[in-house]
Amino acid sequence: MIIGQIKNGIVLDHIHAGKAMKIYDALGLGELECTVAIIKNADSVKLGKKDILKVFEVIDLDLDVLGYIDPGITVNIIQNGKVSERKHLALPERITDQIRCKNPRCITSVEQGLPHVFRLTNREQGIYRCIYCESKAK
Amino acid sequence: MKHLIDVLDLTVQEIDALIERAADIVEHPDRYAHVCARKKLAALFFEPSTRTRLSFEAAMYELGGNVIGFSDADSSSAAKGESVSDTIRVVCSYADIIAMRHPKEGAPMVASLKSTVPIINAGDGGHNHPTQTLTDLFTIRREFGRLDGLTIGCCGDLKFGRTVHSLLNAMSRYTGVKFVLISPEELRVPEYLRKELLVERNLDYVETTDLESALPDLDVLYMTRVQRERFFNEQDYIRLKDSYVLTREKMALAKDTARILHPLPRVNEISVDVDDDPRAAYFRQAENGKYIRMALIMKLLEVEV
Ligand SMILES: [Zn+2]
Repeated sequence: MIIGQIKNGIVLDHIHAGKAMKIYDALGLGELECTVAIIKNADSVKLGKKDILKVFEVIDLDLDVLGYIDPGITVNIIQNGKVSERKHLALPERITDQIRCKNPRCITSVEQGLPHVFRLTNREQGIYRCIYCESKAK
Repeated sequence: MKHLIDVLDLTVQEIDALIERAADIVEHPDRYAHVCARKKLAALFFEPSTRTRLSFEAAMYELGGNVIGFSDADSSSAAKGESVSDTIRVVCSYADIIAMRHPKEGAPMVASLKSTVPIINAGDGGHNHPTQTLTDLFTIRREFGRLDGLTIGCCGDLKFGRTVHSLLNAMSRYTGVKFVLISPEELRVPEYLRKELLVERNLDYVETTDLESALPDLDVLYMTRVQRERFFNEQDYIRLKDSYVLTREKMALAKDTARILHPLPRVNEISVDVDDDPRAAYFRQAENGKYIRMALIMKLLEVEV
């Protein structure tokens, strides 16, 4: 089997080396029936080393989750063997239930059923703060 | 419908309008005696704070309204494990406005997401206490006739003291304000505040450990308590505790026009022999808290005279 060739699917390129498994887990790729290829430490002109994920099926992606983990990722949608769409990511304005607030004094530590929401407060430095207690995401 | 969760939710213009309204209430209390007739304020105090609660209650009564509520979590449904969201959903159907104090940071924000009536944050743990800051601003404005062009000294625990952080934030929006930050090394303003507020916004500030040398320059001296438990060791505490106590002797170094503020309750950081000094503004400050809360309740209930 040649993992390089995808007819219909998604290639996540320019992943920071070492982050592929985190993304694999966050997107729930382990639950897919189709072929998924993880390429680690590939040579990259831009990054030196990079990871690549190939999903042999077009699935719905949560771009906010991806953007939060690694805003440098390029998303290539492949249809009929060709790149039909290329998306560059950015840090999302808000992330919900991806990370939990670590502040023990935060209302999220006691109130049941409350979504853990973080807001981007500094794009340059990628700082997220809890919308309730304003603690920095760690 | 508006809530007040963080004092920075208010624009400078909105704060000015609240201060104008509060000043008018001081001048003409009779005009305001019935504006909130048949309205109910729910004072939900999930942790006790007698001073703040009484101020809200007095404010609502002086507007002709009524007050319901509880004064600590033991007597409320929270003791039985009810969530903030559920409590608020229920209380909304009884009250026209809610003032809420809660030990957990962000609890009033959660309440505001569920509430059909305005929520006022009356203090959420060590996080925000916007009506205290409004009280401080109104007091400075009443004492000096302005909020710009003043040198503001903050003394004591600047690391954990939320009233100071909030005051710095609020005062930084006025022009020509200088800050003098007086504290022991261990209790200097936190790094994030220095970076994100003082440095990034290019504010005029100095940090010092010496209250006496700073005093002659100050228009406002905002005193806070230095708590024993904030120190790593007892010797440091004993060595430092008296340097941050304001006494009648130290007051001799201050300007004649200076004003001393304190969010109260004080323990020993201002000796009682300062109380009779006309520059001691902290009891007037406590009274001002009622007037600015009256103005705030009117604004959020959208009632006019
Ligand atoms: Zn939080």
